[in-house]
Amino acid sequence: MLIETHNLRKTFGDTVAVDSLTLSVGAGEVFGFLGPNGAGKTTTVKMLLGLVAPTAGEARLLDHRPGDPAIMGRVGFLPEQFRFPAWLTAGDFLDVHGRLYGLPAAERRARIPRLLARVGLADRARSRLGEYSKGMMQRVGLAQALLNDPALVFLDEPTSGLDPLGRREVRDLIHELRAAGVTVFLNSHFLSEVEVTCDRVAIVKRGRVVRIGTLAELTRQTTEVEIRAAGLTAEVVMGLERWGRAIADLGFGIADSASPIRNPQSEIRNADSARLTLTIASEDVLPEITGYLVQSGARVYAVAPQRISLEELFMRVMEEEE
Amino acid sequence: MNGLRGSVEIARLTFLEARMRKMLWAILLLGAAFLILYAIGFHLIYADIREHMSGSAARLLEPTNFFVMAGLYAINFLVVMLAVLTSVDTIAGEIASGTIQTIVTKPLRRWQVVVGKWLGLALMLGVFTVVMCAALLLIVKLIAGYMPNNPVTAIGLIVLEGLVVLTLSILGGTRLSTLTTGVVVFMLYGLAFIAGWIEQIGSVLRSDAAVNVGIVVSLIMPSEAMWKRAAYLMQPPFLRELGFSATPFGAASAPSEAMVVYAVLYTVVALAVAVRWFNRRDL
Repeated sequence: MLIETHNLRKTFGDTVAVDSLTLSVGAGEVFGFLGPNGAGKTTTVKMLLGLVAPTAGEARLLDHRPGDPAIMGRVGFLPEQFRFPAWLTAGDFLDVHGRLYGLPAAERRARIPRLLARVGLADRARSRLGEYSKGMMQRVGLAQALLNDPALVFLDEPTSGLDPLGRREVRDLIHELRAAGVTVFLNSHFLSEVEVTCDRVAIVKRGRVVRIGTLAELTRQTTEVEIRAAGLTAEVVMGLERWGRAIADLGFGIADSASPIRNPQSEIRNADSARLTLTIASEDVLPEITGYLVQSGARVYAVAPQRISLEELFMRVMEEEE
Repeated sequence: MNGLRGSVEIARLTFLEARMRKMLWAILLLGAAFLILYAIGFHLIYADIREHMSGSAARLLEPTNFFVMAGLYAINFLVVMLAVLTSVDTIAGEIASGTIQTIVTKPLRRWQVVVGKWLGLALMLGVFTVVMCAALLLIVKLIAGYMPNNPVTAIGLIVLEGLVVLTLSILGGTRLSTLTTGVVVFMLYGLAFIAGWIEQIGSVLRSDAAVNVGIVVSLIMPSEAMWKRAAYLMQPPFLRELGFSATPFGAASAPSEAMVVYAVLYTVVALAVAVRWFNRRDL
């Protein structure tokens, strides 16, 4: 494991920024740390890098104490909020940071132009950072984070301040890093960004991880299944509730608009079929549901699981009560 | 990175910053302007004095000494100002801008960052002090053929005064904001300045209480005491024997050698505390 934390906690006075955080990130993983602003994402990254001392708990980075110089040469970091020195040119800035990484001159000379080209700033290497836009600054920051060919990169909101094209480029960059076997810890509140780049995601809310898993696992946990069938009675529909909650009833021609509860025997009269959506805990119950419907005499046209988007999951998680 | 190399890289960065921000040029040009102005002024005044006090070399000594002390005092004041201005933002400012986050997450220890910054700034300040003082003494030597006593020791003491102020300013920056640190260090300097006067006058009036007040404040801020000792050591012996200072810039009594040792220790301890505070700080 490249990152491991155990009951990590940070409080600032009475405010709990991070609460009993336990997680591990393995080599080569792109790990998304997803949460709204103020959920404790940046504080977590800072604890993992040794910038902030935890109030309690433990964190290990590459099997060392966070911030240990023995490992920091293999770690890259793009902070969320920074103003790099305006008086340096991009080239000089990267050279300075290359020196701080302890990279020999030849390596710096080879890598810096390559990285500047990679982030689309090849022609601006001699401009002072003071003249840079927010997006360009972000790109320089990224180049800085990758200067040492790191095994592990922390990117804290890397696409904030970037235009859609810039965001796309950052995503491509993350894909390249993954292909190169680099482990990425990505802090983000952009769901789409996490959705397309991350192997595993933790959703944080008020300092706590409320969901963690691969994208497939997370979105499978709560699945909607769309059922299209004819010959359904209200009783049959009610019977479905044992697997989950019918959250929508889109059936056409339900008899008399009568509530199934008041009129359980009434058949849902229809031309061809009724359509309803059921929220279930896992896809494993789909065969049971199909069997039940068939045995109840319904003519089943479709039992189609609808995977919810990360965004829907995120919104649901955020609305959940504590 | 091993200890020394990391600190040297950070020191190098402070040089680069001073150069890129055109601070080195500003200091170099204005320093040169100061020396040229001093040379012209001293040349004219000395010629005038010599005309009026023809013959007696001994009588020329006193006004010459006055101008040397005035010049060195001005440099001493510039050194204190530069010590604060160059260092006050170096840590607090980088904490505020977030730049420090990308620096301390490099394979460095935090103490290397503090010591490196101190080293870079101390070196620049030291070179500035030595060059300015030496140039001023050289100007006086060329024009008047006069050299005060103990010039090397005196310059060393002025350097030490600069380092005391510099270190205190770096120490403040690890806890306080840039502005607050600047205010605190200048106020302490002001206190030490006034205390220096109280001590001097107390010594002339033989008031032990006044002398003690001066000493206590010098223990809190041993900057002005270094100048007082430098000035005392540079005085011509006959003025020293008179038991009072011939100029407002000089010193009737010298802070002891123990005070110099104390100032060195003070600097070392302040730097150690700066390292400790910076180590413990959430960035």
